[in-house]
Amino acid sequence: MKDDKQVLLDRIAEAARTGGISRRSFMHYAAVAGVASTTASGLWVKSAKAAPKKGGTFRWGLHDGNTSDTHDPGTYVSRQQIYLAHTHRSYLTMINGDGSLGPDLADEWSANDDASVWTFKLTENASFHSGKKLTADDVIASLNHHRGEKTTSAAKALLTDVTDIKKDGDYAVVVSLGRGNADFPWLMTDYHMAICPANDDGTIEWKSGDGSGPYKIETQEWGVNCRLSRHEGWHREGAYFDEVSIIILNDPNARQTALVTGDVDSVSIIDLKTMGLLQRDPNIIIDNVPSAGAITMPMFCDTAPFDNVDVRNALKLAMNRDEIIEKIAFGAATKGNDFHHSPAQPYWPDDIPQREYDPDQAKSLLKKAGAEGLEVSISTADSVYAGAVDMAVLYAEQAKAAGIKVNVVREPNDGYYSDVWLKKPFCLVSWGARPTPDVMYTLAYKDDAAWNESHWKNPRFNELLLQAKSELDDAKRAEMYREMAMLARDDGGTIIPFFNNFVYAHRSNIGVPEKLAASWECDGARAASRWWFEG
Amino acid sequence: MGDILSLVAKRLGYGVITLLVISILIFFAVELLPGDIAEAVLGQSATPETLAAMREQLGLNQPAVVRYLQWLAGAVQFDFGVSLITGDPVSSAISQRFANTLFLAAYAAVIAVPISIVLGVIVALLRNTIFDRVANVLTLTSISSPEFFLGYILILYLAVKTSMFPAIASLRGDMDFIDLLYRTFLPALTLVLVVTAHMMRMTRAAIINLLASPYIEMARLKGTPPWKVIVRHALPNAWAPIINVVALNLAYLITGVVLVEVVFVYPGIGQLLVDAVSKRDFPVVQACCLIFAATFILLNLAADVGAILTNPRLRHPK
Repeated sequence: MKDDKQVLLDRIAEAARTGGISRRSFMHYAAVAGVASTTASGLWVKSAKAAPKKGGTFRWGLHDGNTSDTHDPGTYVSRQQIYLAHTHRSYLTMINGDGSLGPDLADEWSANDDASVWTFKLTENASFHSGKKLTADDVIASLNHHRGEKTTSAAKALLTDVTDIKKDGDYAVVVSLGRGNADFPWLMTDYHMAICPANDDGTIEWKSGDGSGPYKIETQEWGVNCRLSRHEGWHREGAYFDEVSIIILNDPNARQTALVTGDVDSVSIIDLKTMGLLQRDPNIIIDNVPSAGAITMPMFCDTAPFDNVDVRNALKLAMNRDEIIEKIAFGAATKGNDFHHSPAQPYWPDDIPQREYDPDQAKSLLKKAGAEGLEVSISTADSVYAGAVDMAVLYAEQAKAAGIKVNVVREPNDGYYSDVWLKKPFCLVSWGARPTPDVMYTLAYKDDAAWNESHWKNPRFNELLLQAKSELDDAKRAEMYREMAMLARDDGGTIIPFFNNFVYAHRSNIGVPEKLAASWECDGARAASRWWFEG
Repeated sequence: MGDILSLVAKRLGYGVITLLVISILIFFAVELLPGDIAEAVLGQSATPETLAAMREQLGLNQPAVVRYLQWLAGAVQFDFGVSLITGDPVSSAISQRFANTLFLAAYAAVIAVPISIVLGVIVALLRNTIFDRVANVLTLTSISSPEFFLGYILILYLAVKTSMFPAIASLRGDMDFIDLLYRTFLPALTLVLVVTAHMMRMTRAAIINLLASPYIEMARLKGTPPWKVIVRHALPNAWAPIINVVALNLAYLITGVVLVEVVFVYPGIGQLLVDAVSKRDFPVVQACCLIFAATFILLNLAADVGAILTNPRLRHPK
């Protein structure tokens, strides 16, 4: 057995040297071969770069912080909570800068043949800020926080397939799933899955804000600020700053001013409208990172006129995505192709033809469907995305050329996701980035998903979704996702205008890695432990 | 003096009734908002089951009237409950924020009130001169611009272009008083600009009104210098309207500054209230609104008492 493993390793190492495979595939094959990801990481020789310097206080201006936020991982929702969680707490796995899956608390992980039992080997070096060693019990309690009847966790849906979580010694956790899921280690990077210290009764102690992350909280006021200092003895590389000072800057203008005047070293988001002006400041570097977050326009496939696939495709063809990206997203976006799988996610099929603006073809499709002079209403609100209403109006203008009349209905910002989304047959939605296509498709495209926002029920798509879920073979899986993408693109009920980029900024004295993670803004929300002061 | 005390007691009694009515209005206004606290807390990724579990845990399954009465029973014993979201007592959530707001209001008032009254007297003295016109135009311009716009102008010239003051307040626990005054100077200055015009013009108008009275004519005829006519003879009779407008502006400094807080990232009570409303955190909303209402009631009462003290005639209503 050992020899087989070695042979495989040598082969992929050779392929890596000659540039035959990407790091992502390399790590994946290595994991399949049962190699610890830390070892695999070491095997993958990175290009030499200057060693980051230690020291300094990183002043980090963040958006979306509320006074009513808490440390409960089950109710994490604001950016303040998410960034802080990645700074003072740890996860089992983490998404690396290059988009691959890397180790955090778990040194390595492996699955049985049908990917229904996953074993995570924990590092023995991790400790909480209180000094307590982190063991399997803490991990089990933290995952159980999102399970069971009584849980109030927003992440419950992610763990519904989990049937049992056991420990195997103090430093191994075995998770059994009702059905195979090859992406399970990716799910562990979800921001809700933060590991907290366990109480004796199997619950977790989240109120104190204790964690095992790179920085520990010194003082904090939610919605205002938070000061953290380095957790000496953190179990991973990084954490170059001595201190991290988080300042909540909800107002776009205050954020920008603070960055320009040097009151902060980095801000978590910048206003796209002023991006061009900010670029002229030599002290500021803008990070424009394509993400898996998307704007979608779901149409109810069981409601007229959207129940006709030709009508749906006509509406997709009636959109000039280039113009929308230029005018609404100010260029900071990746063009969508009507399947919810972004180039920032693994297994992205790069050979699917891009759908372009084609009002003539849209017209002929409508003629075929007997729906000439089509009139539809689209619901939108500015809280969905800055410029969402403008975008709908622009789309309405573009659709005119295809003989479609689009009425733009502006809905109230407040309660949009409870009163409009999933209720109106055609609306505009903003989705956060999900780590893998499986998570995204299961959440919003599976026939029986609670959030099947387009009411799309395609038997072949659902069959493939289930097959791909437990398929450990990379190539076969990629082929399945390709077929699913084609189905979603040509039969599905969702228009995807674009995947929005994460656009944030840092001052020029901050050093950042060559590749920034695309899972969240600020290098996958881990800027505090991955960035450093230069010079 | 006795009649003043009875007036104060009576007005405080009315004030309590007003607060009660306001608390009912606020409670049902929050109830009318679309969505509920469970949806607001769990956000977009909540499932129906977790929403139900959350509602159960927060006691949202009870009828609104029952929840209101429960809150009221606590409130009459000065127990304003705990925040539905964080679980912290409302009093501890609010106290630091309210202290910050009071500090900023006091900072602005200490600058604005003397300046505007002195300016008011001067422009009354020099009325219809260039000085009067310029002072009026400047103060009216500043009161007519939205306060966040004033804030941005100040940031542009005093923070970005000249780096004289910090653009964001970013308070910390360990700052000394001078540092605190320095860091909060721009928000305070914005507020000063917003409230000065109102008080200055009221002072000016009140004094000019009196200048036509026979006793002022008399003072002039006997040769009193103009500044003395105004300060010694006119001003004492003009106090009542001035005190009223000062009280109104003080109340505004405490309750109406959420935009200034946002622009300068100042952790005051306005931001807390906005967050609480968006999360439907009713106990916090209720407590903030009652503080605001009480501020208005008390400052108006103080203004009336002040007016009566400076004008004995008001003690004997016809």
